[in-house]
Amino acid sequence: MIKIEKLHKSYPIGKESIHVLKGIDLHIKEGEFVSIMGSSGSGKSTLLNIVGLLDIHDEGNYYLNGELIKDLNEKKAAILRNKFLGFVFQSFNLISYKTALENVSLPLYYKGVSRKERNEISMDYLDKVGLKDWASHLPNELSGGQKQRVAIARALVTKPKVVLADEPTGALDSITSNSVMDLLKDINNEGMTVFVITHEEEIASQTKRIVRLKDGVIVSDELTKAPKTPLHV
Amino acid sequence: MFDIDRWREIFQSISKNKLRSTLSGFTVTFAILLFTLLFGIGNGLQNTFKKQFAGDAINSINIWSSFTTVAYKGNQIGKKIQFKNDDFTFIKENFSKEIQTISPRNQRVVEVVNKNKKDTYTLRGVYPEFQFQESAEIIEGRFLNYRDINEKSKVVAIGRLVEEDLFGQLSAVDKQLKVGGIMYQIIGVFSDPGGDNEERFIYTPFTTMQRLYGNTENLDEFGITYNPDLSINEAIAFGNKMLRILKEKYDVSREDQRAIGLYNNASGNREVSNMMIGLGILIFIIGFGTLIAGVVGISNIMVYVVSERTKELGIRKAVGATPKDIVTMILQESIFITAISGYFGLILGVGILKVAGPSLEEYFILNPSISTPVVIGATVTLIIAGVIAGYLPAKRAARIKPVVALSAD
Repeated sequence: MIKIEKLHKSYPIGKESIHVLKGIDLHIKEGEFVSIMGSSGSGKSTLLNIVGLLDIHDEGNYYLNGELIKDLNEKKAAILRNKFLGFVFQSFNLISYKTALENVSLPLYYKGVSRKERNEISMDYLDKVGLKDWASHLPNELSGGQKQRVAIARALVTKPKVVLADEPTGALDSITSNSVMDLLKDINNEGMTVFVITHEEEIASQTKRIVRLKDGVIVSDELTKAPKTPLHV
Repeated sequence: MFDIDRWREIFQSISKNKLRSTLSGFTVTFAILLFTLLFGIGNGLQNTFKKQFAGDAINSINIWSSFTTVAYKGNQIGKKIQFKNDDFTFIKENFSKEIQTISPRNQRVVEVVNKNKKDTYTLRGVYPEFQFQESAEIIEGRFLNYRDINEKSKVVAIGRLVEEDLFGQLSAVDKQLKVGGIMYQIIGVFSDPGGDNEERFIYTPFTTMQRLYGNTENLDEFGITYNPDLSINEAIAFGNKMLRILKEKYDVSREDQRAIGLYNNASGNREVSNMMIGLGILIFIIGFGTLIAGVVGISNIMVYVVSERTKELGIRKAVGATPKDIVTMILQESIFITAISGYFGLILGVGILKVAGPSLEEYFILNPSISTPVVIGATVTLIIAGVIAGYLPAKRAARIKPVVALSAD
């Protein structure tokens, strides 16, 4: 599903440039539940942005669903994002003046789905994350956990190949975090590839595979044993 | 092209962000309002000017004779120059291209009596064309005609105030009137935009006047209107040429300013038209300045709007909006707001002009108004400005990497 070979990425800062990713090789198959672990500055967010087509890499190859990502223009990136990828962000990134239902249906709007169909599909997904009754509420009327579940519903609504989650529990308390992780696990159990970025061990340990990143290189890549329950509660 | 979904998206964005929408709308409304008001007032000033100079036909030339002040070719100082009927024929035939209308004019002050009421008025012997030259309008009856001229009839057309003075509320038409001791029949009553004095004149056929007073060929003045196709310079040259010919004929020195006089409205017209041009330029500058201010305002607002929305645009891009989607959305929104607000400003401005118009007359602002094409032009300019102003930041916003936009707060 996702294949990365010798990926490099630098950011210019003033006259200097910081080499953030120093040759990453990573292969994620369909249906995997992977977490990228690393402290801040390890390059994990950069990796996710590149995988999510929100940013471009300097060197190396990136194949998404077998397609080599190269010379991507904005329009093509937008279409690929809409088709293959669903995003969940740490800060939720819901549009404040849109209701939960409208936020969820936004990707479908850009996909060109009719309004009626959009609302039906979105309502199904809101139901799936347990927020059907909150459909007409604005984001500021929802709790953090509820907002993140709306964001997850939005990520799922286009039936993407991969869900990319950037610190999905970073702004949540541990109970809410667990419920969000449970939701991601459910999604994964249904066959969806889920790609989580985190710096918390207990979040990572709930996934099936942990890739540890340090200073722009992968230091370990291992499968977890019993990913059903959190380690330290 | 009409995409109800997109409009729904735009209406939601406008109505859920009232402050932002009101702010950008207000700029445009205010610019168009100011533009309408200033332009309307400028037009009102022009209208006042036009009216001030509308007392007589604007293309009139008057020629009269007096006493010489310079000795020339055997003529002593103080000799009376007297035009004759053949001068009239000569001018009329030699300048047929330049002349629109021509009428001779002799006048004298006379005592006028109707029963027990009497007063003194100016009696003028003229041709029918004189009505046009004075811009006089018949209220009742008729003005002089060529039959009156040919038959030397004893008929008069009297000014509105003569009728009022001597007949009170009664109609004077067809009544008899004793003018300078001779009975005339009143054929009509006229009004004159030139004011009260001009409505106290009494007009009789030129031929009648010549016969009754001295039975001569003497002619005192010419009233001429020049062909309106002449440019102002041509009209001035035409007047000067007539003056030169008459001076030569009567052996009057070119330096003699008094013996033969000529007043040409064209010279006055030149001043008025220069003033109108000046006023027009002023109005244009004011209007243009207002528009520029509006354009700058809307540009600033658009930059603000786009920067405020950077994060929202980033979210939209992350979920699959193409750059084109983003640009179109912002432009459509800005065009919609600009058009609606511009229209609102127009309605407001026209309404104010209409309500305040009558009370502005004492400030020399007559009938202030603005033509629809001008306002539409101004609004379209603002819309185009809004598009350009919105396009650049929208384009930039669409280019921002989603990851940068998402981290904006």
